[in-house]
Amino acid sequence: MTRRILLAGGILATVGLSLLPFLWFVLTSFKSQTEIEAAPPPWWPSGSLGFYRTALFDHHLFDYALNSVVVAGATTLLALLFAIPAAYALARLTIPGKQGILAVLLCVSMFPQMAIAGPIWRLLDSLGGLNHRWGVVLPYVALTLPLAIWILASFFKELPPELEDAARVDGCGTWGTLFRITLPLATPGIFTAAILILIYAWNEFFFALLILTQPEQQTLPVGIALFQGEFTMPWGELAAASVVATLPLIGVVLLCQRWIVSGLSAGAVKG
Amino acid sequence: MIRAHSLLRHREGLAAWSMVAPALLVTMVFAVYPVLDSLWLSLHHIFVGIPQLGSPFVGLDNYVALFHDPVARQALVVTLAFVLLSTLLELACGLIIALVIHERFRGRGLVRAAILIPWAIPTVVASQLWRYIFNDQYGFANLLLFGDRVTDYVPWLAYPGVAFAVVVLTDVWKTSSFAALLILAGLQVIPHDLYDAARVDGARMWQRFWHITLPLLKPALLLALLFRTMDAFRVFDLVFVMTQGGPGDATQTLQFYGYQTLFTEGRIGYGSAISVAVFLMILALSLTYLRAMGSNLLERRRP
Repeated sequence: MTRRILLAGGILATVGLSLLPFLWFVLTSFKSQTEIEAAPPPWWPSGSLGFYRTALFDHHLFDYALNSVVVAGATTLLALLFAIPAAYALARLTIPGKQGILAVLLCVSMFPQMAIAGPIWRLLDSLGGLNHRWGVVLPYVALTLPLAIWILASFFKELPPELEDAARVDGCGTWGTLFRITLPLATPGIFTAAILILIYAWNEFFFALLILTQPEQQTLPVGIALFQGEFTMPWGELAAASVVATLPLIGVVLLCQRWIVSGLSAGAVKG
Repeated sequence: MIRAHSLLRHREGLAAWSMVAPALLVTMVFAVYPVLDSLWLSLHHIFVGIPQLGSPFVGLDNYVALFHDPVARQALVVTLAFVLLSTLLELACGLIIALVIHERFRGRGLVRAAILIPWAIPTVVASQLWRYIFNDQYGFANLLLFGDRVTDYVPWLAYPGVAFAVVVLTDVWKTSSFAALLILAGLQVIPHDLYDAARVDGARMWQRFWHITLPLLKPALLLALLFRTMDAFRVFDLVFVMTQGGPGDATQTLQFYGYQTLFTEGRIGYGSAISVAVFLMILALSLTYLRAMGSNLLERRRP
């Protein structure tokens, strides 16, 4: 009995505390400027879309959203492209220097962004990547590779090796085996890695702040962090932009909750 | 026969390397080289905007200066306080969340999704959200506490202690669910017959938690602690958006101090020294944790 009361209380508290704060932002985004400035502000909005309109047309929200889609999409595709063969080789093949490679990857996942920020800025400056979207995609790919490789390798390891052995015996090369046999079986793993890379790239702020200085190239997190009004803080537009930045993530979480949970715990248990 | 075998292995080694090489190349260029470059830069005096000074090699001067820098010392205190408070609170909240979502009940999938939402929200959005909640005029905190007694409204983020607490609170809200998922993975591998046996022996719920769950969760808890500590050490987004290190230096972490030194003041050598120092601290902490966990994490199998 106590157990059931505790459980019900726990569910209520965790769900409430998780959702209510953001709900306040959602409500704010549908208010009007007079409602926001009222003292005290009303709980419920009258249901105005005005802030979404001004955020889209006066605050570059459309640019930010488009850039975020491009950057997150490109990062996910590139990171998977590099991570899949690497994870396969590390999981399945005898590869000289394996421990060294694993140690480098583990080390990279521990880097504070600041420790590589200055040199990356200089590197991109000399490559002409500053203020270009590809300029943030490259460091994002490098920084998501360790996690992607770890998740994928742990999925590859769980597949039965007999199928691959059979393909080898039938004359299939290493790359052929990977693409024809292993990849189709490892779709859940690839999906999991893709979701986690996507969320990272969608949310990343620090490198985007350094590398993208024009609103036309900036991503949603940079736009939202630097949101400024002429005289006062435009909280309504900010709330609207935040809802736009968060909505796709809520969709992903609702649809892919299972993969995220398994991916995070697999990646974590692996290190 | 032996030669054919070694030839085969040689070819497999080549194929394996061709598979790892692209990933390794990207990692080397955009992660490993930059760290080494930071290390190299930290041994020089470089000031953006004063190119006539050149970039003289000064050895460990920047690190000596860092050691005697009162601002850095204060930032270290703030960082350590933030790491300690936020990780402990996140572990406690994460444990509670994990225990809840480990139970079987209808709609568990939806509850798990709801709990994941703070984790999925961009940190920048979470920071603006909580900044707005604690806003002095329009904030939800004042509305909830004082209703229409507008004259009582409190400018929360103007007080150093409160501002620090709000930054910690935001981090706890944002990342407890991540800790919860790691702990949940640990809960799922505890064999169920242990609880049955304890029940037969008459152990109460609290005793079962204290004597079975908690000891067996130790590896998962340590792992969550490791991940959260590493992340808390490099906190940046929260401070940048919510407080810019203020009021005063109440929320100025080492990372933020490093950022300002590097990119606002353009002191490349000294800023690099700060970044490298933070990196070394994280590395030392992680190695200590890994040793405490008593196993080679690299080779551990998934349960």
